[in-house]
Amino acid sequence: MLQLSPAPHITSPKNIKKIMYGVVGALIPVLIGSVYFFGWRALFLCSLSVLSAIFTEWIFQRVTNRDIRCLDGSAIITGILVAFNIPVNSPWWLPVVGSFFAVFIVKQLFGGLGYNIFNPALAGRAFLVASWPSLMTGNWTPPINGTLSGIPVLDGMTQATPLSLLIMKPNLNVIQLLNSPTMIKTLFIGNTGGCIGETSALLLLIGASFLFIMGYADWRISLSYIGSIFVITGIFYFLGVTPVNPVFHIFSGGVMLGGLFMATDMVTSPVTLKGRWIFGICGGVLCVILRLWAGYPEGVSYSILIMNMFVPLLDRLQVRIFGR
Amino acid sequence: MKLLTFKGGVHPKYRKELAKDSPIKRIEPPEFIYLPLTQHTGIPSKPIIEKKDEVEVGMKIAESNGKLSVPLHSSVAGVYMGLVNWPHPLGGRKEAMKIKLDPQRTFEWKEEERDVDLFSEDQIIEIVKEAGIVGMGGAAFPTYFKMKVPPDKKIKDLIINGAECEPYLTADHRLILERAEDILKGVEILKRVLNPERVWIAIEDNKMDAIDKIKEFSSSYPWANITIHETKYPQGSEKQLIQSITGKEVPEGGLPFDVGAYVQNVGTVIAIYEAVCYSKPLYERVVTVTGPVRDPSNFLVPIGTPFEYLIEASGGVFGGTMQIINGGPMMGIAQIYPEVPVIKGTTGILVQNEKETLEREISPCIRCASCVDVCPMYLMPTEIYKFIELEDFEKAKELGVLSCMECGGCGYVCPSYIPLPQHFKYAKAEIMKEKK
Repeated sequence: MLQLSPAPHITSPKNIKKIMYGVVGALIPVLIGSVYFFGWRALFLCSLSVLSAIFTEWIFQRVTNRDIRCLDGSAIITGILVAFNIPVNSPWWLPVVGSFFAVFIVKQLFGGLGYNIFNPALAGRAFLVASWPSLMTGNWTPPINGTLSGIPVLDGMTQATPLSLLIMKPNLNVIQLLNSPTMIKTLFIGNTGGCIGETSALLLLIGASFLFIMGYADWRISLSYIGSIFVITGIFYFLGVTPVNPVFHIFSGGVMLGGLFMATDMVTSPVTLKGRWIFGICGGVLCVILRLWAGYPEGVSYSILIMNMFVPLLDRLQVRIFGR
Repeated sequence: MKLLTFKGGVHPKYRKELAKDSPIKRIEPPEFIYLPLTQHTGIPSKPIIEKKDEVEVGMKIAESNGKLSVPLHSSVAGVYMGLVNWPHPLGGRKEAMKIKLDPQRTFEWKEEERDVDLFSEDQIIEIVKEAGIVGMGGAAFPTYFKMKVPPDKKIKDLIINGAECEPYLTADHRLILERAEDILKGVEILKRVLNPERVWIAIEDNKMDAIDKIKEFSSSYPWANITIHETKYPQGSEKQLIQSITGKEVPEGGLPFDVGAYVQNVGTVIAIYEAVCYSKPLYERVVTVTGPVRDPSNFLVPIGTPFEYLIEASGGVFGGTMQIINGGPMMGIAQIYPEVPVIKGTTGILVQNEKETLEREISPCIRCASCVDVCPMYLMPTEIYKFIELEDFEKAKELGVLSCMECGGCGYVCPSYIPLPQHFKYAKAEIMKEKK
């Protein structure tokens, strides 16, 4: 019996499963790092988050009679990224609720894989921040292996993150600490307070390099997003608008996690090269504005979510057709 | 040396090593030959012989039937059995002239060489038409029609297409190696008709031996400039080849002569040479039979030979035949019937066994934009595909779907295995229907 499949009759080795599990693989070093910095609870919360994401997807596809494809890897990514966006001493249900919201509301209700407008994990984080702000933004634990001395301890348990110190009207000593090479080194390695997966610029860069090399993420988005934050905060530092240097800005908070793993989400970023540059640069500008002048210390998640909304518009910036 | 190239494109596994070292071999004709009346773009030919008539090799058996049409010639000596409704390699069943071989009357074309200088340009075009020559790179557009360049268009660049970018296929490669001088003599004829300023012979850098072969003749044919191109699919596409060499883009909806270019495949050039110098019509061609067959081969085949006969001649398939494809893996058409015949545009027959045939589970588009990156026409396949799914052909047209040449690059890179070229083919047909 002859088979009849449409041309082309050969395909490139890239497929959805490879891309999705490639991203999961790229997140593994970061996960290992988070266990090193914050203890086994990081892994525990991450596992709960992933299970919640997969289970939500499975239930939805089951109930709505769709193909069951909850193990295609995309739900796992969402689960990991939601967990990466919460503090380590969050209650167990926080990542569970976050992943449920991300997968059910943000992804599946919009049509499932490929059709969501917003990055599910980021929208999940935004939902958690809006619903349980104290758990999400004032609940930091120092790393178990210790961090820089000099960062003020707020009460017995919690400690400010380097970034949150910025909006607390820091005194000169603190600013000096934030601008110090030791601080930058700490932020680069990751032994500092922060969300589970955002602290180590080094490990995030290692994971992202793998994605760039494999073609599973576009470096242009990361470069333009992080690059524009660096340039703008650099100018502002020079002008005295922000007291801390641009290196601190790109290594602190969620800039690395967001710029390397969330902004580059294929589904919610533009399809043309031109669109991607604009997406990254505008996202970076927004992030700086939110960081310096908005109520939260962090601007990464909202800057990317807002840019997600502009993606359909950016996709209209069609490249010139051959010969037109 | 800097390789010429174009923007976009893909790098599939070429697998040319399967058949590239197999010299062109003339094949004994099968018992029955099927010559479809539609072997070219345009109006089908019209039979001019009666059932039971005796035919000779190269005898005209059907004539040109309108403005865009060419005659058809018998590829064997034998008896005409009448019109049959026979499977066609481009799909469906179509009328074909069935001829029974007379094995006693084997034959090889032997005519006195004619002096090209005896013919005027118009006479050459008429000879090309009467020889039934069409573009042999796959498109099968009547060559005489293409040679009649409008008087207000000046051909600056004559490009001879030896790129053969389609994976697996090696027919053109073998032709250059074995008949380089015939190609150059054919180009001389084209040169006379078109009077170009420059002549380019375009070959990809995975065929360096072919490039060297042409170079051997450079002292006798000093006007022939060889261009070496990056091995990238679809380098051999007309518009991409022109872009690679001249840097010019053929305007949307336009033709190569709009930018002063004229492209002709090496196989067609040989056919022109043989028609003009030896009055030989187009009744046989080189076909690569490749894939998991025991002896991947390049056969010189009488047109009308069934595919299954050629697959058998190359030793049969191992691993279980799953798919028989007319052409290469990127643009080829899978066949329902193994008895489908070789036509003038059949560049190769690719077989795929059970292991190679793709098991494709289609997933949703994840907007990875690989298709956008590779499209050599700078389209956004993912966007166009979504509008086609919504049956919004107007929007698809606005986004340039009519520029799509169905090269298959987008379908090749799509990680969701979405058959994008199929969608575009469908949309183009719908838009054309509306026009009428």
